[in-house]
Amino acid sequence: MAARIMVLRGYGFNCEEETAAGYRAAGAEPVIVFASDWFAGKATLREFDMLHVPGGFSFGDDLGSGKVFANRLKQGKFPGGERVWSEIERFLADAGTIVGVCNGFQVLVRAGLLPNLGGSFAQEASLAANIEGHFEDRWVRCAPSGMGEARFGAKPFDLPVRHGEGRLVFGSPEIRAGVHQRGLLGLRYVDAAGEPARAYPENPNGADDAGAGLFSADGRVFGLMPHPEAYLSPYNHPAWPSRFRAGTLKTDDESDGLRLVRALLSTKSAPRAHRTS
Amino acid sequence: MKRAPTYVQVRLKEGARDVRGERVAKAAHGLGIDTGAVSVSRIYVVDLPLSEAALAALPDVAQATLADDVLEETTVNRVTGARTAYALVSRLPGVTDDEGMTAHRGLGTALAARGLGAGFDKEQRVFAQWLYAFERELCAEDLSRLGKEVLGNPVVDHIVIGLGAPKAFEAPSVTLPGNPELRTVSLRGTDAELETLSRERGLHLSLPELHAIRRHFAEVLKREPTECELEVFAQTWSEHCKHKEFNAAITMTLGDRTYEVDSLFKSFIRKATEDIRGRWAARGEDWMLTVFSDNAGVVALDDDKLFVLKVETHNSPSALDPVGGAMTGVLGTNRDAFGTGKGGGRLFFNTNVLCFGPKDYRKPLLPGQMHPARIAEGVVEGIEHAGNKCGVPTVNGAIVFDDRFAGKPLVYCGTGSIMPRHYPNGPSWEKDIRPGYRIVTVGGRVGQDGIHGATFSSTELDEKVTRGVVQIGSPITQKFVADFMEEACALGLVAGSTDNGAGGLSSSIGELATFSNGAQVELSHVPLKYGGLEPWEIFLSESQERMTLAVLPEKLPELLALAALREVEATDIGAFTGDGVLDVRYRGAQVALLDLAFLHDGVPRKHLIAEWSPPHVTEPDVVLGDLGGELLALLGSSNIASRERVIRRFDHEVKGKSIVKSLMGERGIGPQDAAVLRASFDGFLGVGVASGICPKFGDLDPYEMSAGAFDEALRSLVSVGARLPMPGEAPSWSACDNFCVPDSVYHPDTNADGKTKLGQLVRMCEALYDMSTFFDVPMTSGKDSMKNDLRSGGVKISVPPTVLFTMVAKMPDVRVAVTSELKAEGDVVYLVGKTYDELGGSELLRLHGALGRNVPRVRKEDAKRVYHAMMAAHAEGLLASSHDCSDGGLGVALAECAIGSGLGASVALPPDLAPEAALFSESHSRFVVSVRPEHAAAFDEILRDDATRLGLVTGDGRVTVRQDDALLFDLGVDALTAAFTQGGV
Repeated sequence: MAARIMVLRGYGFNCEEETAAGYRAAGAEPVIVFASDWFAGKATLREFDMLHVPGGFSFGDDLGSGKVFANRLKQGKFPGGERVWSEIERFLADAGTIVGVCNGFQVLVRAGLLPNLGGSFAQEASLAANIEGHFEDRWVRCAPSGMGEARFGAKPFDLPVRHGEGRLVFGSPEIRAGVHQRGLLGLRYVDAAGEPARAYPENPNGADDAGAGLFSADGRVFGLMPHPEAYLSPYNHPAWPSRFRAGTLKTDDESDGLRLVRALLSTKSAPRAHRTS
Repeated sequence: MKRAPTYVQVRLKEGARDVRGERVAKAAHGLGIDTGAVSVSRIYVVDLPLSEAALAALPDVAQATLADDVLEETTVNRVTGARTAYALVSRLPGVTDDEGMTAHRGLGTALAARGLGAGFDKEQRVFAQWLYAFERELCAEDLSRLGKEVLGNPVVDHIVIGLGAPKAFEAPSVTLPGNPELRTVSLRGTDAELETLSRERGLHLSLPELHAIRRHFAEVLKREPTECELEVFAQTWSEHCKHKEFNAAITMTLGDRTYEVDSLFKSFIRKATEDIRGRWAARGEDWMLTVFSDNAGVVALDDDKLFVLKVETHNSPSALDPVGGAMTGVLGTNRDAFGTGKGGGRLFFNTNVLCFGPKDYRKPLLPGQMHPARIAEGVVEGIEHAGNKCGVPTVNGAIVFDDRFAGKPLVYCGTGSIMPRHYPNGPSWEKDIRPGYRIVTVGGRVGQDGIHGATFSSTELDEKVTRGVVQIGSPITQKFVADFMEEACALGLVAGSTDNGAGGLSSSIGELATFSNGAQVELSHVPLKYGGLEPWEIFLSESQERMTLAVLPEKLPELLALAALREVEATDIGAFTGDGVLDVRYRGAQVALLDLAFLHDGVPRKHLIAEWSPPHVTEPDVVLGDLGGELLALLGSSNIASRERVIRRFDHEVKGKSIVKSLMGERGIGPQDAAVLRASFDGFLGVGVASGICPKFGDLDPYEMSAGAFDEALRSLVSVGARLPMPGEAPSWSACDNFCVPDSVYHPDTNADGKTKLGQLVRMCEALYDMSTFFDVPMTSGKDSMKNDLRSGGVKISVPPTVLFTMVAKMPDVRVAVTSELKAEGDVVYLVGKTYDELGGSELLRLHGALGRNVPRVRKEDAKRVYHAMMAAHAEGLLASSHDCSDGGLGVALAECAIGSGLGASVALPPDLAPEAALFSESHSRFVVSVRPEHAAAFDEILRDDATRLGLVTGDGRVTVRQDDALLFDLGVDALTAAFTQGGV
């Protein structure tokens, strides 16, 4: 049965259209839902297997990227009085999965969903201002590592990054060590030799340990800065004309972005029993 | 006694890297100021009397709401991390403060959850400030310079400097008299008194216009105008809104021939489109749905999708506040693109063409003039914020440098949107507004910001401009509005919409009211940022991010409920009527009662004088160095060097539809001719987007300059694989003309060369007509900006006459697109089109401080033949790469093809021209292409004499150029790349 995915829109998120197109192309059933409809009780996570928080500038990134939406998740209530956060906790406990891309990743980190080593949803990591000091749109190469190798395969991905605050930092040396021990750094920026990228521009923001994507300790939440949904067709790659000519990319190849979207679906652990109420 | 407000400081924890501080230190270093380390923190001033309980809860609430737990810590009513000196930057009272507004909402919600939210339910009471603490002791002069030139802009920011730490933090407050009054204005005075009235109120109405208004009131209405009515006339009849000069009667003398032009707009622009539309309609293939009659042009893309294009300029505000000016420019153009027809088009892409003074401008700055480098940096930042935060990819643009843009920059902002053809309530592109429909305002609140923007932008800049004319945009407010418009229109809730730009409500309601023939407005219902605005200010304010909607009364409850759910403010402020009158009230009292017909058609027509004859110039005697050295210098020169550093700051890929980006190739640095995007994810139908601009040729011949700009946009699209409009191919082209010229109204004292300037404009418009009708490419929308001068300290800096053509062509299958970078060793390199000895105005001569004489001419019959041949070659898939020749000619184009790929080329120039002309002449309608060897015969067959075989693509990474067996140069692609990227802007 195809995974049902709630893709959020509104409040300044802006990648919902291509995100939904990606999941649809990968065989899932995405539904674009205004976050305000969810908070108003017009939609519920109970009807979905996966929640996707897309890229964008929720609330203009005022007070820090993703911060205000994270606050809404943690402090908000449904009209009936139930806390939004309770629904998220129940969703995760019930084998639901959550993916956040770019601004979505920033939301998940600031809400304490990633990496959540302590299990209490306290904020343990952050996505700080790029070392270069400003927004940049550029293509990078990322390779799966740790838990990512099992979920995404070993082959690296070419993907665009588009952010001003994407430098992954950990709250303490212990948290950093815990993340590595458990293999939660699922995606890393790599250089031409395939090694974790230390320097700009291969490491586009100065992230600790070249971290591009991060799993939660229970593996049910994953966030990443690069945008797989912006590379759904081979024709999105900046080098498609040369690669087609060289034969290293073919018109009917699956793009790296779509390959990763497909892999993200595998983050879905076990099939969930759909509730109807 | 005034109570000191509460404040919260949010600062980085010890050990966290202060990237923002590092940037400030670097920028200060650029000014020759050594700040030492800089730490940056945010201050939130809470201007409310908080209860004991609220104060006690504040530290926890502030940390949870305002700070990042891993990186930041908060203190309440205490400043930590002070150093030797500081600067504190906040928004001036009344200026948009998004960060403060969001903090207000966040703190309000969190305190309310604890039952402590008293006072947060009304207007904004939390304000953001930035505190910069400097390690080194700085003198007041350096601090002040840092404050004004790096950290803030006195036009919109309040900047406080000092030693140690600030002692207190103040909330900005707007103090207005608070007793709105209805006043009438007497127009009975002498002409001198009328002119004084116009000047003192900032009306910018001419004497004939004031006479017409006086006559209308005395003879028809038999009373004096109210203050509001006079202001409405000033805005509606401003150059910005009425385009009086484009509609003027002009007597033109060209050489020894004198003739009359009955409106530039009607005679050349609209006529070109009407002629073309007539031809297509006669064939039963009219794809132009809305041209010139709405906020943007609308054309059919396919059976379901319409394409909307608009390009605007935002020059004067960008000269004063580059960040805010550019941001407002982008957002305003976006609103046009989703406020056309019924509204709700989904924003598809942005374009930006920018004209600046040189970055190393060394002339002394005039009072009120900002250094071009600061303007450029600020404009890029403004576009970055506006485009990125609204999720609209910035896909195409250009940057042009010239000394004469140092007074006013030109900031062209373009937007395309895609609108469904049909809504539940009818065709999307048609407004259907009838008497009884409600007037609903949506989006931001109204304040005093931006009063008189339309009249202001219709005049030259001087030293005394007040800050009220500059508006700061709020991208996130607008993103909410854009999403709401898309949803509400798709549900059939909106009968028509338009944005509130110049002239505010007076203009938006005035325009929409022409559909039903009347409107009645109650100004006291309009949501305000703060109290005390005069009624006329409410009606005229240009506060941003607002749309005006026409809504069927039965649909109003659903529309308002949807807006509330999406957290967008929507308010019913009146109704459309059918009595021919614009009826404006404040708490029931009459503020304005105007005859719509007179308001829109009563403006007296101007009569202007124009003349033009070719300048007396000669070919210069320039001593050139070796041509390889000249090529390297050209690649690193400001008008040619890589734009990568700017391009990467704009999100050009959001929405996931970009096929050809501004930079392509394995190295991601190859500049391209046109952007290509797919329109949806269920197919490969899409568009090509290109622009053409070349003001440098205007001094020699404004006709050829305008024709050349048109050709540049056209050939860029042909290069990438778009087809000229062809019968039977269901074409869909949009073009937008944007004229930016200096004051072109002759005055013996203040504008002695005004006739020539207007003559240049006439020639530019004549070229537009000739090119547009010849190539069957219609203008679907356009805009003119007439007074691009800075007058200060007795000096006037006028922009060169400039026209931008933005063109968008449907591509049935974007996968056929061809890019500029060379593809493989052994491919055959050709020049397509013919090079002439046309170095006049070229980048090569400019490098040597000369202008030259032989301006590139567009030979449009030849161009059309070449383009048709290129289209045939594309159709057969024969092109491996294609790049148009423009700035820097064939030499630069070939180098860029090599830089994009890393591959080299070995070529021989045709012998018929001197090598410098063959390489660097900027003749139009040319391409450098490469073709697989096995396709060369087929290519030769199609192109015949229009292609010249130059040589081969090589794998040795060198560009080698010969002529008549003599080696002109042999340069490594790495050296070319270094010159191109290191000279970047």
